[in-house]
Amino acid sequence: MTPIEIAFWVFAGIAILSGLLCITRRSPVGSALWLVVTLFALASIFVLLDAHFIAAIQVLVYAGAIMVLFLFVIMLLNLGREGPSDMLGWAGRLVMLAVGVLLAVELWVLGGVTLDERIVQGGQSVGQLAEQQGAVGMISEPLYRTFLVPFEITGMLLFAAIVGALVLAKRRL
Amino acid sequence: MLLGPSLTVSVILFSIGVAGVLFRRNAIVIFMCIELMLNAVNLSFVALAQQLGPEGHAIVFFVMAVAAAEAAVGLAIMIAIYRHKGSVNVRDINLLRG
Repeated sequence: MTPIEIAFWVFAGIAILSGLLCITRRSPVGSALWLVVTLFALASIFVLLDAHFIAAIQVLVYAGAIMVLFLFVIMLLNLGREGPSDMLGWAGRLVMLAVGVLLAVELWVLGGVTLDERIVQGGQSVGQLAEQQGAVGMISEPLYRTFLVPFEITGMLLFAAIVGALVLAKRRL
Repeated sequence: MLLGPSLTVSVILFSIGVAGVLFRRNAIVIFMCIELMLNAVNLSFVALAQQLGPEGHAIVFFVMAVAAAEAAVGLAIMIAIYRHKGSVNVRDINLLRG
């Protein structure tokens, strides 16, 4: 096992464990904080997969902006204290069991798949590309050429979201 | 060569997110589980992009933008519902059930 693989499995373990803790904590604040741990572990995995810029915006946008918004709303609505459990009873546990079985079957099927030659060997590896063009320059090429129209539409989407959030949350316009 | 392990971790995280959505009744926690699922998908995009070129990173960028927009609008809806019902438990939100 190479050091990169060891680091990968450590961060993967942290991500899965804190993901499980996130969905089982009774208080929403606890859930939110464990989700932040998951997001940080995923950012570390992104670094190991040569996606440095994605790792940076994962920390800035997800852990920094989105989770702060979540915590802000939880505290604004005063949901932080431990209330009665909001988890489902035995019916919910049966559904969980079904999801678990589904996951096991899915993993079993995935293990048997032979990947396309092109995926296994790869063209130019992203690591080399990042060294040539820089971590940000590498993404700018597809972002502003191949996906120019989706990029502009994303701008419109964010604008619509700002207006929508204002209209919804304001008591009186 | 981390493609196989990354896809496995991605499947596991996605299933945790699905289980959370099915298991919890607090609407804000359900939102957080959706974010967890989006992140699991991002992980598989990044893992495949390592082999196939940086287009996958651009898609992850768009997914993050959509997640941010969704969180902003969704949490505004939560605040409006809380003001109306005094609770964010999905059992109490039954306006459209008739």
